[in-house]
Amino acid sequence: MSGILNSSIGRKFAMALSAFFLMIFLVMHVSINFTSVFSAELFNNMSHFMGTNPVIQGLMQPILIIGVIFHFVMGFVLEAKNRSSRGSGYAKNAASNNSSWMSRNMLLSGLVILAFLGLHFYDFWIHEMTVKYVEGNMSGLIDQNQPELGFRYYEELRAKFVDPWRVIIYVVSFVLLALHLLHGFNSAFQSLGANNKYVRGLKGFGKIYSFGIPALFIFIAVYHHFAN
Amino acid sequence: MNLTLKIWRQKNANDKGKMMDYALSGVSPDMSFLEMLDVLNQELIEKGEEPVAFDHDCREGICGTCSLYINGRAHGPQTRITACQLHMRSFKDGDTIYIEPWRAKAFPVIKDLIVDRSAFDRIQQAGGFISVNTSGNTQDANAIPIEKEHADKAFDAATCIGCGACVASCKNSSAMLFVGAKVSQFALLPQGQVEATDRVLNMVKQMDAEGFGNCTNTGACEVECPKGISLENIARMNQEYLKASLKG
Repeated sequence: MSGILNSSIGRKFAMALSAFFLMIFLVMHVSINFTSVFSAELFNNMSHFMGTNPVIQGLMQPILIIGVIFHFVMGFVLEAKNRSSRGSGYAKNAASNNSSWMSRNMLLSGLVILAFLGLHFYDFWIHEMTVKYVEGNMSGLIDQNQPELGFRYYEELRAKFVDPWRVIIYVVSFVLLALHLLHGFNSAFQSLGANNKYVRGLKGFGKIYSFGIPALFIFIAVYHHFAN
Repeated sequence: MNLTLKIWRQKNANDKGKMMDYALSGVSPDMSFLEMLDVLNQELIEKGEEPVAFDHDCREGICGTCSLYINGRAHGPQTRITACQLHMRSFKDGDTIYIEPWRAKAFPVIKDLIVDRSAFDRIQQAGGFISVNTSGNTQDANAIPIEKEHADKAFDAATCIGCGACVASCKNSSAMLFVGAKVSQFALLPQGQVEATDRVLNMVKQMDAEGFGNCTNTGACEVECPKGISLENIARMNQEYLKASLKG
């Protein structure tokens, strides 16, 4: 069993499992974010729950961070190994005849997503960690002395999308996420050994997922920009 | 047809190698690609130059010996054929044709367009076989019932000729289509079940030891495979490997 982790197929399994984990997380993330479009109160309540629940904060959040780091590190490790396996390249290579751009450029789309995650963490996560665990303010209120003003999450979300450049960066990043998912969704099934008539039927769902999730994220960013 | 050929020339395994240009005229559209190279070599020999070394044997798409990367594609622009089955009618008068060897660290160039594909042999030796008692009491294979679907899939996998186009086309130089086909052709049949666990573990171990890359499921191998070996075989190998690892 230990050998599997050091084998090329084992690395594929690990990459696919972390991908599935992150794809499930994206569904949860976009579902909560989307509530901000139609109900500030619901968004605030859900954000407060997610931000203060000890199981989510103490267990799920570290697992998520480990999952994200693992997926990126494993991606870089695989890329480095693959490049060394190729050695010298061809004088003429017509790769577009046999494979999609997305499948050949997972590293590029992954790097854009990684850069976006840096901005996203800077925008929301670091701020949250500072308020809650450095300043010790777990109330989630706009002003602790004026609880009638309510939770701060919706207001902070709105404020982030005032800047059009931030919205543009978000949109571009989500387009790259869509391209990444477009190959990654089916690739994860293939890596786990699932390539039969039932799984092939999931291809259509994979396309809906790959375009749908980023499209919802884009809609949320653009909506709050113009609603401002 | 008049052609400009850009061909990889490399004296030996240690030589750096480079692309060289050759003008070739009077090429018939009915020539096979390898016959065109024969004509070029005849001209080079008559001029006292070193002919271009390239692999070939049966010249009918069965042996898996020819290994040319033509205009950026393994076995050239047509699908489901080997380079020896490619004809010059696939090109136009005045075309420039790039001819290169397979590129992969596990397939080092020996000379010009010839690469060392013995890594495939070693993978095959690691488990691509069944051990059958041949002492006279061997069961007639036709007496063993096999589902039609499995028999067909095993046969499809067994059509792999081991040419290495999958490795050459893969941006990662992964050999998983080849190994997947070899694992599948036995895994699908009862005769292959006895050694199934050791087979997949040993063949994958050897594949990794040879320095092939990791499959990232681009599907280039399936498109360029002259025998149309399906990616389904890689998925089956992954399943077999997981099962074997859990057992072992």
